[in-house]
Amino acid sequence: MTDLTPILTKFWDAAQSWTLQTYLDNEGYQALDKALGMSQEDLVAMAKDSGLRGRGGAGFPTGMKWGFLPKPDGGPRYLVVNADESEPGTCKDIPLMMAAPHFLIEGVAITSYAIGCNHAFIYVRGEVVHVYRRLQKAVEEAYAAGHLGKNIHGTGFDLDVTVHAGAGAYICGEETALLDSLEGRRGQPRLKPPFPAVAGLYARPTVVNNVESIASVPPILLHGADWFKGMGTEKSSGFGIFSLSGHVTRPGQYEAPLGITLRELIDMAGGMRNGHQLKFWTPGGSSTPIFTAEHLDVPLDFESVAAAGSMLGTRALQIFDETVSVVRAVSRWIDFYAHESCGKCTPCREGTFWLKQIMTRLEHGQGTQGDIDTLLDVCDNILGRSFCALGDGATSPVTSAVQYFREEFETGMHTPWWVAFPPERSVLFDTKETVSV
Amino acid sequence: MVDHSPLHELTPLQASDQPYTAEQLAQLNADSDAIIARYPQKRSALLPMLHLIQSVDGYVTGRGVTFCAEKLELTDAEVSGVATFYTQYKRHPNGEYTVGVCTNTLCAIMGGDAIWESVSEHLGIGHDETTPDGKVTLERIECNAACDYAPVVMANWEFFDNMTPESTNRLVDDLREGAEVRPSRGPNRVCTFKQMSRTLAGFPDGLADQGPGAGPASLEGLKLAHERGWVAPGSANEVGGEHQATEQASGIQQENLPGTTQSSTEGHGTPEAAKGEQND
Ligand SMILES: Cc1cc2nc3c(=O)[nH]c(=O)nc-3n(C[C@H](O)[C@H](O)[C@H](O)COP(=O)(O)O)c2cc1C
Ligand code: SF4
Ligand code: FES
Repeated sequence: MTDLTPILTKFWDAAQSWTLQTYLDNEGYQALDKALGMSQEDLVAMAKDSGLRGRGGAGFPTGMKWGFLPKPDGGPRYLVVNADESEPGTCKDIPLMMAAPHFLIEGVAITSYAIGCNHAFIYVRGEVVHVYRRLQKAVEEAYAAGHLGKNIHGTGFDLDVTVHAGAGAYICGEETALLDSLEGRRGQPRLKPPFPAVAGLYARPTVVNNVESIASVPPILLHGADWFKGMGTEKSSGFGIFSLSGHVTRPGQYEAPLGITLRELIDMAGGMRNGHQLKFWTPGGSSTPIFTAEHLDVPLDFESVAAAGSMLGTRALQIFDETVSVVRAVSRWIDFYAHESCGKCTPCREGTFWLKQIMTRLEHGQGTQGDIDTLLDVCDNILGRSFCALGDGATSPVTSAVQYFREEFETGMHTPWWVAFPPERSVLFDTKETVSV
Repeated sequence: MVDHSPLHELTPLQASDQPYTAEQLAQLNADSDAIIARYPQKRSALLPMLHLIQSVDGYVTGRGVTFCAEKLELTDAEVSGVATFYTQYKRHPNGEYTVGVCTNTLCAIMGGDAIWESVSEHLGIGHDETTPDGKVTLERIECNAACDYAPVVMANWEFFDNMTPESTNRLVDDLREGAEVRPSRGPNRVCTFKQMSRTLAGFPDGLADQGPGAGPASLEGLKLAHERGWVAPGSANEVGGEHQATEQASGIQQENLPGTTQSSTEGHGTPEAAKGEQND
């Protein structure tokens, strides 16, 4: 049995948890003091030693990313925090920034110092206005207390932080699209290389990291790389916030060592909702291939989830029980990708459009014989041929659902999903049509 | 049965010939200068400036586009190209309140589709349409990072959690009647679309300290850890323990729960409201 490890979530229940005072009562800004007494090389080495891997989905080693920046040439270098959290199912960064924004601000200060940055940006999606307020307030408080601004903690280190609101576009979570958006353009991905480390914001060396990655830095620095490595697995060290949503008794945020299983998490969440069984789930958001009840004991770390055919992604565990039509779920995700495709490359722009046509037919029970093959064929033409990972992600729900639930796609050739799976059985509130089950 | 129309119609930007008044221009110039000063390069100010335009005009107007273009030394086409890329920028006059129902997969299945159908019928309008009184613009929205509170609704991008068709219909009725409406996790009241746009342009409205730090779902893991005595290794309260009192916290939650203090907001997105109607 794995225990939960409340670290970033530790004082979310405190009165006024978001204030500087609450953070100071919980070891706040001690790590910054420590960092400012260390060399930049030692800080990067510490991040590498800890084994911290990006919490934004791809799992790239954070210390290594910082280490990729070229040697200082006297010009500016930037840290940009990716707070765009929009991958369907993902809901960890938003509550973190609402309840404890100073973790992020202190992490930004430490990381900026480590990479030689004097102006950092937090790009937060525009659709969460209260989170934006909390971030702005936290930055304001940190300036007033001397944790940001000029001559931080009397060390001569200067740092400005700008909180920037986006305006609604999933693709802006992709790091190079985010940079274009932050430069005041349409948020469309850039060709890589050059990578942001070499030519990022304003074509200057830039580190882009996820909110939770950066927020994890202060505790790691304070307690040490070994402390962090003491949690999790050998290659997926440390803790992470696991977000359970859907048909469990108590959906919510559960902070645990990487490698915990869904079986353990569902148990902690009070089991599946009354009398229902797990049917399928996403381990890391809608862009990660779905799993089934077969995968309840897969350790939720980067390697084990990949070995089982999916991705750990953002630990966005969307749980669906036996009342749910797979065709309906996949079709709605495909609507999302078709809507959010930025249109820059043909395989994704056209491919998601065609996937949507076919999925809609199957939803209505009007699929044709060749539809499953055509779906897989379209996916084959998107996967690996798209300009960015949005296109690849769009294929995940389709190919995995066909793999595990092919018969439901076949049903889609004659029966609408709402006949096979009446939707009122899946909802979390009573509806007129329902007789109590 | 299911609405398959595209989520966001591609309507062209509406031109507006009416020039800004001298007073409006002075304020826009002062605010834009403050925005531009936040960035090393001025084009970065464009997104917040478009939020600013919406705070004055209620949507992205032709004159707003021209203002941004002149201020940032861009062409009108360049600014329009940006404005039409992002869903939060409105291309025609918006209601005083944007009400968005999450119909991405998880919320849709947990009840978002039923909420959408019910509220759309209740108001007699569809996606990106506004009630005749100009109060409410309805939208189907994508995942808003609140899936653990599904099904969710947003009013001017404040969180209304664990909603039902009934609580959503009440929410829009209250907004139209001008009754005070309190989000589940947010300030004590919902700001207007224009006020909210000004906040997103980066001008603080002083409401950051209102509302709870976390809603009940955000605290589930922490609550369980308290119950079972689980703490992270080496944490200050691993031995002894100055547990930040679950009791204290639940007291605070009580206070902050929407609907518990104001009768007019009864039932908007409170977990209680949802549970009362829950049926497993
Ligand atoms: C379509 C798409 C959307 C993404 N959305 C996000 C996001 O909302 N937040 C995030 O941190 N990373 C997102 N990413 C991943 C980022 O590109 C990038 O890998 C990440 O921000 C790096 O930070 P990390 O190394 O700390 O994880 C997205 C990627 C793609 C392809
Ligand atoms: S894969 Fe999709 S989102 Fe990515 S660049 Fe191509 S069209 Fe745009
Ligand atoms: S699916 Fe509705 S908030 Fe995530």
